[in-house]
Amino acid sequence: MTAIALPDTRNVEDWRYAPQAALAELWPLEAPEAVTVQAGQTFARAIVLESDDVVQLDLTLEAGARAAVHVVNAGAGYGRVAVTATLGEGADFQFGGVQLGGGTASREIVASVTHAAPGATSRQIMRSVVAGQASATVLGRIAVSRGANGTDAEQSIRAMLLDRTAVANARPELEIFADDVKCAHGCAVGELDAMGLFYLQSRGLEPARAKALMLQAFLAEALVGVEDEERLLALALARLEALL
Amino acid sequence: MLVIDNLHAAVAGPNGPKPILKGLSLTVNAGEIHAIMGPNGAGKSTLGYTLGGRPGYTVTGGSVSFEGQDLLALPAHERAAAGLFLGFQYPVEIPGVSNVHFLREALNAQRRQRGEAPLSGGEFLKLAREKAALLRLDMDMLKRPVNVGFSGGEKKRAEMVQMGILDPKFAVLDETDSGLDIDALRICGEGINAIMRHPGKAVLLITHYQRLLDYVKPDFVHVLADGRIVRSGGPELALELEREGYEALEGTGA
Repeated sequence: MTAIALPDTRNVEDWRYAPQAALAELWPLEAPEAVTVQAGQTFARAIVLESDDVVQLDLTLEAGARAAVHVVNAGAGYGRVAVTATLGEGADFQFGGVQLGGGTASREIVASVTHAAPGATSRQIMRSVVAGQASATVLGRIAVSRGANGTDAEQSIRAMLLDRTAVANARPELEIFADDVKCAHGCAVGELDAMGLFYLQSRGLEPARAKALMLQAFLAEALVGVEDEERLLALALARLEALL
Repeated sequence: MLVIDNLHAAVAGPNGPKPILKGLSLTVNAGEIHAIMGPNGAGKSTLGYTLGGRPGYTVTGGSVSFEGQDLLALPAHERAAAGLFLGFQYPVEIPGVSNVHFLREALNAQRRQRGEAPLSGGEFLKLAREKAALLRLDMDMLKRPVNVGFSGGEKKRAEMVQMGILDPKFAVLDETDSGLDIDALRICGEGINAIMRHPGKAVLLITHYQRLLDYVKPDFVHVLADGRIVRSGGPELALELEREGYEALEGTGA
């Protein structure tokens, strides 16, 4: 494998939020894992990052294929998951990502979905919770190729800052070259509702439990309907408890 | 049970803290229901939030003792565990968190803080069903997210169901009657009586109007104006206020 230069993280858009020093430790990266889901077949993958890591997955979905990828990015210092999916006619792609970080942790999800043929459906739900001086980045892309009519795509990116020193970057991107498409998208960065927190505490919940309860539902949105939803959610909630 | 002595409190605002309570004193004994009335901006809600421990409401003087304990030294959740319940004028919506889940966690958090054993899921549901029936709130409502999509009246009834489940010793009810139609007002009034009319409990009822007091008969009525109790009396005071208004009262130099 020829060595690939470490990207200048300031100038390359997909890498601009990546911490250069942490990335240098992991460089050079392995080539992305390439998976083709054959016509009418299904594929499911849960990616849980435990330590500093970059996971890259390139999916090609043939006609009528279905794939679901769910991510819990809550390991040690730096974690990045980059997933691309190219959808054939009538294919379906579901992506859910949860990112949690405190201290100086850095989290990144880069998801790019290309609707290359008509009638495919896709959904991307990303939820980040960051505390301390941690950062969470979500770059989410929907591309609809010329002629990919009947596309039904959805993307929702939301981040919650537990401290005002934490950082959330969100870049929703839609590139549409077909006419008859539906692309719903939403993006928001916010803080926990102070009145809601007081309300829960006024009923006897300790501050950390009140926050956990409010964030539990927020995170769960990204993991609804996954095969091992309970395991992934339990894992995410355990990491969440540690942040509060 | 509750002794408020010369309480001064300020509320955080865009131009710094603004003094709202200016020397409020009030004693509520077990078994009593007190009503607090007063014009807009007098500090009624501020009194409720200050007793409840809402962030941004700073006590600048005076003291509040609850069953001999310094209430103001406790964070909000410990006040709840000590037996204080604050009924919100505008109950807050918590998307994604079901009433049943929230209330079971809240009740068990209180019990844990008091060193009591938690209720099992079955025991809790039985209790919740009983209190929902008391307020004639459909049990299905309690399976939905907290206050989300509830009408004004449903929120207030849900608030009273919460009070029934948590079974506090002392309830501060901030305009529980606002936004209620006539039937809901009666149901809430009866609920307050059923839950809180008890020799070992007490209620501070904050209201603008006499009508709730037709159902929940107060032992004492106080008028709060400009951060202080300016007049106290029996239930007849509420009727007098309803007839004469607050302006007449201020005119007498009260």
